[in-house]
Amino acid sequence: MSATVQQSPAHAPPHERQVPPFGGFNLTALKLEVRRVLRNRRTVMFILVFPSLFFLMFSASVRGKGAESARILASIMISMAVYGAMVGTTSGGAAVAVERSLGWSRQLRLTPLRPAAYVAMKVLTAMTLGFIAVTVEFMFGAAMGVRLAPHVWLLSGLASWLCSFVFAAFGLFMGFLLPSENVMQVAGPVLAILSMFGGLFIPLSALSPTMRRVATFSPVYGVGQLARAPLIGGATAGAVLSVVVWTLVFGAAAMALFRRDTARV
Amino acid sequence: MLAVDLRNLTKRFGPVTAVNDLTLQIDSGEIVAFLGPNGAGKTTTIDMLLGLARPDAGTVSVYGHSPADAIARGEVSAVMQNSGLLKDFTVAETVEYTASLYSHARPVNEVLDRAGIGAIADRRVAKCSGGEQQRLRFAMALLSDPRLLVLDEPTTGMDVEGRRDFWSAIREDSKRGRTVMFATHYLDEADAYADRIVLIRQGSVVADGTTAEIKNLASGRVVRATLPDADEGSLRALGGVTSVELRGDTVLVQCTDSDIVARHLLTRTTARDLEISSKNLEAAFVALTGDAADNGASR
Repeated sequence: MSATVQQSPAHAPPHERQVPPFGGFNLTALKLEVRRVLRNRRTVMFILVFPSLFFLMFSASVRGKGAESARILASIMISMAVYGAMVGTTSGGAAVAVERSLGWSRQLRLTPLRPAAYVAMKVLTAMTLGFIAVTVEFMFGAAMGVRLAPHVWLLSGLASWLCSFVFAAFGLFMGFLLPSENVMQVAGPVLAILSMFGGLFIPLSALSPTMRRVATFSPVYGVGQLARAPLIGGATAGAVLSVVVWTLVFGAAAMALFRRDTARV
Repeated sequence: MLAVDLRNLTKRFGPVTAVNDLTLQIDSGEIVAFLGPNGAGKTTTIDMLLGLARPDAGTVSVYGHSPADAIARGEVSAVMQNSGLLKDFTVAETVEYTASLYSHARPVNEVLDRAGIGAIADRRVAKCSGGEQQRLRFAMALLSDPRLLVLDEPTTGMDVEGRRDFWSAIREDSKRGRTVMFATHYLDEADAYADRIVLIRQGSVVADGTTAEIKNLASGRVVRATLPDADEGSLRALGGVTSVELRGDTVLVQCTDSDIVARHLLTRTTARDLEISSKNLEAAFVALTGDAADNGASR
């Protein structure tokens, strides 16, 4: 018993009572978090299975073995990787809503984790989900016969992944805007519509000139263009501008709502 | 050293004053029950103590730190009634995740064992009973080896067995010298587990003392003895006596200090068969928090 008495709280040495670095941000928590998210069947369906199924659906009409067919096939694969990454990063960001509605945020308020460190972990979780979505979709594409030059695999993959940061910001924004457990039931359809009008499900070349003009305003437009650029070109200033502007818009909106949220205490 | 120092705390929600000029000090090592009916302001006070709510007036200090600082340093941790858990984590993962947020934490297995849930470490949180989830929150609260542990109605919604297991874990832990403050509206819990009871009503402290003192406050005690030809006058003259009643050979003395009366009866008279009884805590609680004590000043 004397051993236990010696480690009693009243005797805990003061140096053990420190504020953790980085507001509590750490990689162990991040690893556990990603593992937990991937355990959720619904999440896995939406970010890994559906994009692969869509790839099969959309590529079913591609006939022939020519270079043009191969390019179309690859282009569809990249678009679906972008779609998976979008859904993954959005749901990663929107998790702030789910966790608040469950009361987990309140539980975390009883720990040293600072709100900014919490949001940083959500963003990194979102980006990890995006990375997994792109990787899985590319592997599936390769298994289904997509062949690309190594630098195209790499650059397209990186562009799909990094540009999906827009949607991590979008997810956070939705999460702070709609603090409910069902936030993805709203965000999911929004993403589908944005993808439809942003050139992800239907190639931009198949759209009417008016619709093509409309498409450039979708937050999906720039991401899709840049992701496909290593394959078919199209890394225009407009595409870059689209990604930058939408990241700033969603990021600033999420930040404003986050500030309002933490100020309320 | 003061574990908790709350001074003149006030918190309003619109027209409702939830906490009204509340002052409370808790010494290191005390086990204090924060007792009051629903809506008395217990949770609001605890929220301010933990930095989850900002007081409109007054100051909060936990071991000399602000609430946020005390939490960041792991000086204080809490088991709250309405904090959530993530269903897809296992019990051990939930604790491991929380442990990673502290600069120093006790080993995961140690806190699981201390909370009595070492055997269900690999169970998914979704499959845990309410009592098991509450002991999981308790395990998380033990990670930082806090000097102060705050429990907000920790056994609400638990079955009898769950309550018993939970309190035996707390009781076992409190032997190690931790300061514990728990809010409850279960009188038996306050009576059984606290050294000191703070009764709160309409946002203010209405009584504060040991369990015995609180019982005394409302009802006093009755000393009963067999004493033929008792001298009513000399009994009335004793300190703290509120009434003396003679029933044949039996004398009944209502008093606030039964020690004085008992000592007098046993040393100065031929009294025998002496009995001291007090009304239970329930009576004190009703008297102090019920409408009988309501002067119509607020509400």
